[in-house]
Amino acid sequence: MDELKDAILKYVIEEYAGEDDKITYDSALISSGLVDSFSMVSLKRFLEVKYKISIPDEDASPEAFDSVTKIADLVKRFTS
Amino acid sequence: MSYGDRVRSIYQQQLSEIREAGIFKQERYIHSPQAADINVEFPAGADLQNVINICANNYLGLSSHPEVIKAAHEGLDTRGYGMSSVRFICGTQDIHRELEQKVTEFLGTEDTILFPSCMDANAGVFEAILTKDDIMISDRLVHASIVDGMRLCSAEHDTYKHGDMDHLEKKLQLFKDKRLRVIINDGVFSMDGDTAKLDEIVKLAEAYDAITFVDDSHSSGFIGRTGRGTHEKCGVIGKIDIITTTFGKALGGASGGCVSGRREIVEMCRQKARPYLFSNAMAPVIISGVLKALELLTRSTELRDKLEENASYWRKGLSDAGFILKKGDTPIVPVMLFNARLSQDFSRDLYKEGIYAIGFFFPVVAKGQARIRTQLSAGHEKHHLDKALEAFIKVGRKYEILGKTEQEIIERYGM
Repeated sequence: MDELKDAILKYVIEEYAGEDDKITYDSALISSGLVDSFSMVSLKRFLEVKYKISIPDEDASPEAFDSVTKIADLVKRFTS
Repeated sequence: MSYGDRVRSIYQQQLSEIREAGIFKQERYIHSPQAADINVEFPAGADLQNVINICANNYLGLSSHPEVIKAAHEGLDTRGYGMSSVRFICGTQDIHRELEQKVTEFLGTEDTILFPSCMDANAGVFEAILTKDDIMISDRLVHASIVDGMRLCSAEHDTYKHGDMDHLEKKLQLFKDKRLRVIINDGVFSMDGDTAKLDEIVKLAEAYDAITFVDDSHSSGFIGRTGRGTHEKCGVIGKIDIITTTFGKALGGASGGCVSGRREIVEMCRQKARPYLFSNAMAPVIISGVLKALELLTRSTELRDKLEENASYWRKGLSDAGFILKKGDTPIVPVMLFNARLSQDFSRDLYKEGIYAIGFFFPVVAKGQARIRTQLSAGHEKHHLDKALEAFIKVGRKYEILGKTEQEIIERYGM
């Protein structure tokens, strides 16, 4: 599980973080404004390509993408 | 009564929260035409104060230019006050089409369609030309009106880091399966005053078969050697597929905007863009004023040259005094203060010194990036700038920020 979280965390940091942002597994991403809802599309696409899954639009909600832990749970749900 | 105490208290609570957050916006009443020197009533009921305006979008000083005013009067006399119609029913006069042709010529595009504002142009264009099979890829600092336009469109949207061409290229690769890709930018970013790298963006667009979109509202009339905009500055005239711009800033400052670009895209807007279809045609008096503004700019580069000199003089003066400025070479010169409260106090003290400039802070700019955004005009004379510099230095000394680093200012005042 940590390997999955680490991969997601690495992507989130590279894609969205500024120099001063400290992001952990449980940092709020969307609700804090760090990741704008527009940018969710590439995050979803990254997950679908990397983990060979398909996340239906109704499951790709801002709430489900709001932390690395929540995203990892979502990925697990579609890979298991 | 449906609008009773319960409903009223909901809004009163929200307004209180806005006040407590320190982001309540209050208008200042100007009792004179828009210009470098204005008479302002602030707060409401106070005596009028004559101040130097250094925060208007009146880049070329055309808002109250005698020739523009005369042309507007003539438009009023010969074409009337209003159209009482949308364009496609009975709201198109000969001068509406004439302005579309003149803008096309000025920007070096294929065709142009007028909108009531550039906000409306941005709100309407994406929905008119894209479907759910397409992707809009925008710089992360594009203007709020573009964000709203993207929200109204069924195409997918993604962003790339501000000005980061490698990141943009990754996004273009990521979405290469889409029917259409649109790269979306401001020409000059209004809060930072920096310019999009349109030459590099056009190369990427050509490599990845993408459409280019630029909102040149803070550029049209004065950026580039002859003031055509950022596409002239970057050497890509004729290569930007969609330009939106406003007549509410440099080009007379009244109102109105347009989409200018590829003729099929303009025609799609004429058929489908909702703000075009469902709101009134621009008033003849404004069309006449904008036509004159374009004629003045086509005749001579004197005004944009003066603006460039003013901006350069102002930037050097502030920099030499020890202020931290956002880097750039446009007439938007942000003076960085970092702390929101400091930006408000600084603006208030400037006003006392006879200088009208506004502090911006989160959420308008990023947290810890509060600033006074100054904007130069060809209407400024050297004595305006010298007086404003004197005031900035006096207030800067009061808060002991001159010559200080970002770190030092943040340590003293906080983020």
